[in-house]
Amino acid sequence: MIRRLDAFLPLVGVVALLAFWSLVSARGWVDPVLLPSPAATFKAFWSGMDGGALGFDFVKTVYRTTMATVIAAVIAIPLGIMLGSSERLYRSLEFVIDFFRSTPASAMFPLFLVLFGVGDETKISVAAFGAILVILFNVAYGVMNARKTRLLAAKVMGASRLRVLFDVMLRESLPQTFVGLRNGVSLALVIIVVAEMFIGSQDGLGHSVFEAQQLFDMPRMYAAIAAAGALGYGLNLLFLTIERRFVHWSGK
Amino acid sequence: MDATPDTVRSSPADPHAEEFPSTPPVGGAGKRPHVTIRGLSKRFGRTVIYDDFDLDLPRGELISVFGPNGCGKSTLINMIAGLIPVDSGRILFDGMLLSEIKFGYVFQNYREALFPWMRAFDNIAYPLKLMKVPAAERKAKTEALVERLGVKIDLSMYPYQMSGGQQQLVSIMRSLVVEPEILFLDEPFSALDYEMTLFMREQLQKLFVESGTTMVLVSHDLEEAVYLADRVLLLSRHPARVADFVPVNVPRPRGDETLSDPEFVRLKAHCLEVFQREVRRG
Repeated sequence: MIRRLDAFLPLVGVVALLAFWSLVSARGWVDPVLLPSPAATFKAFWSGMDGGALGFDFVKTVYRTTMATVIAAVIAIPLGIMLGSSERLYRSLEFVIDFFRSTPASAMFPLFLVLFGVGDETKISVAAFGAILVILFNVAYGVMNARKTRLLAAKVMGASRLRVLFDVMLRESLPQTFVGLRNGVSLALVIIVVAEMFIGSQDGLGHSVFEAQQLFDMPRMYAAIAAAGALGYGLNLLFLTIERRFVHWSGK
Repeated sequence: MDATPDTVRSSPADPHAEEFPSTPPVGGAGKRPHVTIRGLSKRFGRTVIYDDFDLDLPRGELISVFGPNGCGKSTLINMIAGLIPVDSGRILFDGMLLSEIKFGYVFQNYREALFPWMRAFDNIAYPLKLMKVPAAERKAKTEALVERLGVKIDLSMYPYQMSGGQQQLVSIMRSLVVEPEILFLDEPFSALDYEMTLFMREQLQKLFVESGTTMVLVSHDLEEAVYLADRVLLLSRHPARVADFVPVNVPRPRGDETLSDPEFVRLKAHCLEVFQREVRRG
């Protein structure tokens, strides 16, 4: 009986948070202008998502984040495999990769604005730039850290270098590649939302949060924040599901 | 051993200086040698592991390699199997190079040697895929092997779903599927618990009797080395020499009663004596 209820454990935190939030707003401990009630926020969320502006902004942000991640993956995965399969090549480029990986991508906005102008291209390319380095780094490490015994086993069975690369190294790097993809998509979302707030944006969740704040429409602002949170969580979950499906041996 | 006639030595620069199969066997095996090792030298940094080492391994026998820690047991089979390069010397199989023969290698670490993304069956069939055997034939050959060995494991499982012993059995089957002329096993059971080790010894003995393949087994357990072997190769501390090459004339199939067989006990005691002499010499 108690065991069966264990499945509902993750809901405990959610219910507790909502209860505390309701209590705080009902008692008026915080100015309702700063913290609207959960009901008002949910109403704003629902009406916004159901054919309202929030739904449109949500789709825009999903589109930009997806584009940035796809572009980053297409560039970074083959490059990461190349760098990872030659440790000497990776060591020669390691400093450059680490340097740009450590550079806040937001610091690159002005540069990308000059390059691409004020449009989707800028937002997507800055986000892709950030994600590329994260994915590249992880893929390269995944390939480099392929189990030596497994490579030897393939070699001793007579596998050619190319065979070893495709049959063993690529598979071996998949778990780490997915770590890179998950980190990459999270970073891309962060950059996209920030970009939507500041660079002459007309839409997107970042724009929605910023505009609601400017208009002091707090329920709408909280609704947009919640939408951004749901998006981030959903993307992470999506990648985890794909990973479990295709990299079933990960961590085993 | 050290009194090998000079005529046996060969200069690597002149591969046709002599006929390998006709050279006198080294190590007193008596049978026609399968593997011929001449003038083998290997050093790691400043440590000389092998210096002008000669050895013949007889055909169709299970040879256990035993010796003090770090004497180069694994190094020897890794060099014979081409996993690590030799500094100098020649290793021939019936006068042929490693690249011309089919061989199998079983690693100690089965967990890292198998491919976790493939089911056990596909793991076993993988070497055939490398040999460009068509899919249908791969399946048939693998099924035939499973049938012949009488293995009762669900081979549609992934390696990580299996016990350690089952994984190592899959690993051994993978090395046997190509019908190798020689099989190398590097401490294949040392990562298993005792119960599984005993079971796997029986399995390996069965496979050996069944296939008649020449097998070279590195072991760190003297009882296991003697129990499984037709001949125990005892190595000295490095630079390694052959301390003794002991024939084990105990009938097969061997079982629990073998462990108390007087001849087995005598041979084991003899091997232990040689081993301890070599350890003390260090």
